[in-house]
Amino acid sequence: MAMLDLTDIHTYYGNIHALKGISITVNKGEIVTLIGANGAGKTTTLRTITGLLKPRVGTVKLDGEDIARHKANDIVYKGIAMVPEGRGIFARLTVTENLDMGAYSRNSKTEYDSDIQRIFSLFPRLKERRNQIAGTLSGGEQQMLATGRALMAHPTLLLMDEPSMGLAPVLVELIFETIQQINKEGVTVLLVEQNALMALSIANRGYVLQSGAIVLQDSAEALKKDPTVQKAYLGME
Amino acid sequence: MRQRFLNRINFTDIALGIIGAALVGLIVIGSFKTLAEGNYTTRQWLDFVVFGIAQGSIYALIALGYTLVYGILRMINFAHSEVFMAGSFTAYFAAVSMAKSGFLESNTIIAVLILFAIAMFTSTAIGVLVERVAYRPLRRAPRLVPLITAIGASFVLQYTFKGLYGDQFKAYPEIDTLKGSYTWGDINITKVQVVVILSAAFLMLLLYLYVQFTKTGKAMRAVAEDKDVAALMGIDVDAIIVRTFALGAALAGAAGILYAITFRQVNFFMGFIPGIKAFTAAVLGGIGNIPGAMLGGIFLGLFESIGPILFLDGLNVPAPYQLKDVIAFSMLVLVLLFRPSGILGERLSRTKA
Ligand SMILES: Nc1ncnc2c1ncn2[C@@H]1O[C@H](COP(=O)(O)OP(=O)(O)OP(=O)(O)O)[C@@H](O)[C@H]1O
Ligand SMILES: [Mg+2]
Repeated sequence: MAMLDLTDIHTYYGNIHALKGISITVNKGEIVTLIGANGAGKTTTLRTITGLLKPRVGTVKLDGEDIARHKANDIVYKGIAMVPEGRGIFARLTVTENLDMGAYSRNSKTEYDSDIQRIFSLFPRLKERRNQIAGTLSGGEQQMLATGRALMAHPTLLLMDEPSMGLAPVLVELIFETIQQINKEGVTVLLVEQNALMALSIANRGYVLQSGAIVLQDSAEALKKDPTVQKAYLGME
Repeated sequence: MRQRFLNRINFTDIALGIIGAALVGLIVIGSFKTLAEGNYTTRQWLDFVVFGIAQGSIYALIALGYTLVYGILRMINFAHSEVFMAGSFTAYFAAVSMAKSGFLESNTIIAVLILFAIAMFTSTAIGVLVERVAYRPLRRAPRLVPLITAIGASFVLQYTFKGLYGDQFKAYPEIDTLKGSYTWGDINITKVQVVVILSAAFLMLLLYLYVQFTKTGKAMRAVAEDKDVAALMGIDVDAIIVRTFALGAALAGAAGILYAITFRQVNFFMGFIPGIKAFTAAVLGGIGNIPGAMLGGIFLGLFESIGPILFLDGLNVPAPYQLKDVIAFSMLVLVLLFRPSGILGERLSRTKA
């Protein structure tokens, strides 16, 4: 069953028509990836889902309810968390305070304790550095923190915007393994990536976005074999 | 190479350097001569210090309001000085009626707490109202626009209070219980100064604990850094902004009572000078930085109370104390020129909306 259903979304920045009628479906339990070149509209799509941008036309249905015009701060209570582009950690807060903010929408102290233990076992590095000011973490540690912070909200749907950006290959692998593990634990994932090969290797299905429109959609396997995808996004001739 | 180097230092830098060096020279020579002449006793210097700390605590409380709002909205709330005035002025009427009934003398502690409550409540209400009416509708407007409405709001408040309560100075009743002073060796401190310093320190400690450790306090810091990401955490950004204004305004209201028991007079225009001084203190400490505002306030209070005598008396300037405002505002200009980031903060000009 469709968990997230975007239908004919048009989003503008002033007069700039950034999303030109895109439709995307994410089913419960899936990893779906959204790939595309710089400026294609990937971040805009995620910001539209989370309510940071309001589409001029179209619906964003979550479990059947249209959330397109909800306020951004209500979205997390609906079960959607996001790891923003560039990580968006609170640089002047400590690691633990960042995780606390991730748990802002939650109320149970006992769950908070077990949640934070879970994040620390997922990312032992964060535990070592829990009192460090987040802005002084390395890029990889910041990505772990942004991911951990999103998980503190107990999302049913996790949106990730280019988690591999600027990371060394080892770390990219670690982050992708974590995504798979989170997904096995029951979290549905919508993954935006420029690293199309990695994204398609863990995703069930994928969408290709070009200049604000979906130009291709298929299973990840089929997209990997598609000649246009191979040429444009996988760097093969 | 040489050309590049010459291009980098321009005329303004040189002129500023000369002015700065000249001022530092004057200050050093002045201080040296004052101390060498020895016209002032240790006891007098300590009086200046105590007075400076008391005055500085009031500046610090008001400065926190500027800094909290700047931290979260990157905007100078120029109506803040009127938020301070509103609390102090409104509580005046309660003070007068409590003085008449004798309650102010018989139950001074409760009476003063009531005055605090009235002033803090009034200031909070006004602070929140200003945010709602003058700033929130302009959240996405260019930065100059809310600055103009801030000045507008400031005038509206001044003239509203002038219209309501008249334009004469009104004398706050003197509290007999708070007359007199304590002495330890050369240190002499009036009871009023004790009340001022202790209440300010207590309120600043509370604010610090609130911002540092409560859920809302952490959310304030998160919103100050990134409103979009904060919203994704489920934080209602507008509600946090209102609370920030309320917090700053409540502190200004409390400062209004401390100001009133120190100087014992109020007027619709009373916010102007303390407001600019507190703004100076906030810039001095690094605007947006909470400990910076506290430090900046105390520092400015001390500078203003010791500075005129220390720097100017030795230079044979007549009546140096008349120049304390000149010294305070010269300091604002100098800080803006030479260290816009203040003691602890980031650069004022470089941080953008
Ligand atoms: N705040 C903005 N104001 C105006 N135009 C914008 C704004 N943000 C994005 N755009 C434009 O919208 C289009 C889509 O941008 P978006 O950030 O969604 O791309 P993206 O696919 O995430 O790219 P990247 O891979 O570089 O992150 C681009 O043409 C971009 O220039
Ligand atoms: Mg992007």
